[in-house]
Amino acid sequence: MSATDTPPAPPAEEAAPARPVRGRSLRKRLVPYWLLLPGILWLLVFFALPMVYQASTSVQTGSLEQGFRVTWHFRTYADAFADYYPQFVRSLLYAGTATLLCLLLGYPLAYLIAFRAGRWRNLLLVLVIAPFFTSFLIRTLAWKTILADGGAVVDALEGLHVLDVTSRLGWTEDNRILATPMAVVCGLTYNFLPFMILPLYTSLDRIDPRLHEAAGDLYATPAATFRTVTLPLSMPGVVAGTLLTFIPASGDYVNAELLGSTDTKMVGSVIQSQFLRVLDYPTAAALSFILMAVVLLVVTVYIRRSGTEDLL
Amino acid sequence: MRLLRSLRRNLVVIAGLLTLACLVLPNLVVTVFSFNRPNGRFNYAWQRFSLDAWKDPCGVADLCGSLSLSLRIAALATLGATVLGTMIAFALVRYRFRARGAVNSLIFLPMAMPEVVMAASLLTLFLNMGAELGFLTVLIAHIMFCLSFVVTAVKARVLSMDPRLEEAARDLYAGPAQTFLRVTLPIAAPGIAAGALLAFALSFDDFIITNFNAGSTVTFPMFVWGSAQRGTPVQINVIGTAMFVIAVAVVLVGQLVAGRRRNNTRK
Amino acid sequence: MTQQQTTGGDVRLTGISKAYGSFTAVHPLDLTVPQGSFFALLGASGCGKTTTLRMIAGLEEASTGTVSLGGTDITALPPHKRPVNTVFQSYALFPHLDVTENIAFGLRRRRVTSVRERVAEMLELVQLGDFARRRPHQLSGGQQQRVAVARALINHPQVLLLDEPLGALDLKLRRRMQLELKRIQTEVGITFVHVTHDQEEAMTMADTVAVMNAGRVEQLGSPADLYENPRTTFVANFLGTSNLIEAEIVSAGTDVVVSAGGGTLRLPGSRCPAPTPPGGRLLVGIRPEKISLAPATDAEPAADGRNRVTGRITESSFIGVSTQYVVESPAGKALQVYEQNVEHRRGLAPGSEVVLHWDPAHTFALDATQDMDAGVQSVEDAA
Repeated sequence: MSATDTPPAPPAEEAAPARPVRGRSLRKRLVPYWLLLPGILWLLVFFALPMVYQASTSVQTGSLEQGFRVTWHFRTYADAFADYYPQFVRSLLYAGTATLLCLLLGYPLAYLIAFRAGRWRNLLLVLVIAPFFTSFLIRTLAWKTILADGGAVVDALEGLHVLDVTSRLGWTEDNRILATPMAVVCGLTYNFLPFMILPLYTSLDRIDPRLHEAAGDLYATPAATFRTVTLPLSMPGVVAGTLLTFIPASGDYVNAELLGSTDTKMVGSVIQSQFLRVLDYPTAAALSFILMAVVLLVVTVYIRRSGTEDLL
Repeated sequence: MRLLRSLRRNLVVIAGLLTLACLVLPNLVVTVFSFNRPNGRFNYAWQRFSLDAWKDPCGVADLCGSLSLSLRIAALATLGATVLGTMIAFALVRYRFRARGAVNSLIFLPMAMPEVVMAASLLTLFLNMGAELGFLTVLIAHIMFCLSFVVTAVKARVLSMDPRLEEAARDLYAGPAQTFLRVTLPIAAPGIAAGALLAFALSFDDFIITNFNAGSTVTFPMFVWGSAQRGTPVQINVIGTAMFVIAVAVVLVGQLVAGRRRNNTRK
Repeated sequence: MTQQQTTGGDVRLTGISKAYGSFTAVHPLDLTVPQGSFFALLGASGCGKTTTLRMIAGLEEASTGTVSLGGTDITALPPHKRPVNTVFQSYALFPHLDVTENIAFGLRRRRVTSVRERVAEMLELVQLGDFARRRPHQLSGGQQQRVAVARALINHPQVLLLDEPLGALDLKLRRRMQLELKRIQTEVGITFVHVTHDQEEAMTMADTVAVMNAGRVEQLGSPADLYENPRTTFVANFLGTSNLIEAEIVSAGTDVVVSAGGGTLRLPGSRCPAPTPPGGRLLVGIRPEKISLAPATDAEPAADGRNRVTGRITESSFIGVSTQYVVESPAGKALQVYEQNVEHRRGLAPGSEVVLHWDPAHTFALDATQDMDAGVQSVEDAA
């Protein structure tokens, strides 16, 4: 496997040679296809083909004992959505809130590392990445301790009457955080925060600090500099970060299961239990398809609106 | 007044450090609770200090077995995804071919898909094929979702590589194989290493896709998941802490070595 | 130095061309580079000079034609089998190898023995002995350039190709490296083919210069020949500066007399393009430094037999060794005149009426059907 069997393709502005005059050209033209073949085949068989199977499963009827047959039973979609739309709405709401929180919490840290950290930069980056090495399930369980009833966090928030407010909003219940929406959103935010910080850092790091000086020189206040220079230039990072946060969060069920209650179940939990416990494959497949469609729709619209198609 | 002004100027520093504290806090808790001796089956409340779990990290049935299984799967998945992904990345950057757009979409889609969707559809495939769920199906799934990340990492590196370097090698009597081994590969190596590292981390820590496709095979994350239902042994925290410490140590030593080498060559 | 004379031969390009789809980068081209010469391909960016060079190196497949080296056809050989080495634009030094290993790269690929001694010898030739263990990014631009030259030369190629080798250096360093390269070429006696867009660089270094434009060779010759006898407006304008004056032929003979801007000018018939019938049109050219300037009020008349044009100074700029004037006259809107600053001249301030005069023998003429401004460097080109 040699990627350099042939000279590299001519630079983009030049079209491919009209008529390769001398030999070896067929073999040469096949090289990229050989390179692509195994990996693309893998993705076709284990990513694209399963989607087809799932689409077919979603319109089947039958039972585990008698087997399932394709009957073009589209009612499954309607039924599944009718039965589980609270979980759908909850998933999008929780994932959206967590994404927003990640952005608000992550931006200052990314900014700090990119512009203000000086020689501490590498250490801070390591501290952002290092938690990854402890399994995320273990770290999520640690939040059970942190947010435990009667723990320091709950006591403090109670003392500050924050929990009164959040209870009224329906985010918490009975002076506890665990097993409430707040715990789930908190877990989601925590789990996907690094996925927000790293792309933000990458795009902030590319900004020439002299641009800040130039903006200041041209009468911009620090706030105006941020609004008119830093933020627009960091948009690719914002878009990438929000996508990397929102997409996995919307399908997550680990946080809902570990930190939440039956009232905080997300659509991932439903798909999981339909597939692995109830064994109602058509409903599970339909739910999974709806989730996929919704996420792809949100992502597409979001990318179009933010004008960052070239990100892909 | 002056205090207020300096506070305002450093607002971003304070906010950033608070976020960092949130990120690191759970790891502290995990570490502290690895020295706990809990009452009952769950290790969520502090009781008293004990070194029991550290003295016997494999003292819980199946724990170390699942850990070694996860390590084996992660190593193989990393190998597979890195080889396949590197090949794709080279094809995408260095050659022109039909269906480039379709290939790009196929690479991008797995990253834009909630894991549970991929997990469920892959299970549908395996069920339809009558495949036996276990080590192999997990490995297949892991290579699949790691592949796109490797392609992205390697592609970035190869894109930033000056094509003249390979031309220079060919001009200096290196044949195609020599050019690849002596110039292309060493220069692309950091990108490939980054991709491989990412693949290892993703595979080792994956839960959702594994949960769907593992059958009765138990990887380390699945062991933790199960214990969250049945009771969390302190040994989980020991393993989590150890992995954290080892990883940070490796990173720090790596940085030190790189720094020293840089100083040496500077003379 | 103990570089042995490489026994090579002429580089001969026969009908070689390169097309990318419908775009022709190089039109069929015949060119012979004599062995041991310092040959420059000169032209603006995009003129096909680099493509031509890359076809000699084998990095680009020719669409038609052949490349031969000392009588052997090497057209079908891949780059690693050609006895030709290249100094790349911005050098393409291997970032993961130190200076020694960069220089040794070609020898190691060919499994040559005594690498160590030869590298040491080469480091000495390019005066980089103290930098053997550094990585490329730890070197200055000039040092990197010398490593690139050493890395190519150590292989004793029959031909050394240089692709804009000095383009990334600042002006002063460029001047020094021009002399340095010239010294090395004289020392090793290898054929150098040098691609550049800098006409001064080409003229300083090369024995023979081929001026390329839009995929074709416009003119080929020694620097002095190209400068004194340009055959196209492109060459006249691209190499240095020329004043081109539209003129009509009055009479032809050993001397040709033309009328331009209300006066008449003479020039040698031998410097005119082939047919010169009376009534025909010509572009008459004169280099700025060949022109002398006298205030119109000056009593001293220009010597008899010199070409004379009257005009008014619109701009003057003091350069140090010379002063450059722009003169508006009936013959041409902006005639350039360079005067040596030998003594302070009075009466040559902007606005002064002046007489321009020069020896008719210095006048050349070009075919009037060409674009008068071809090859004039605009601000964008220079950037």
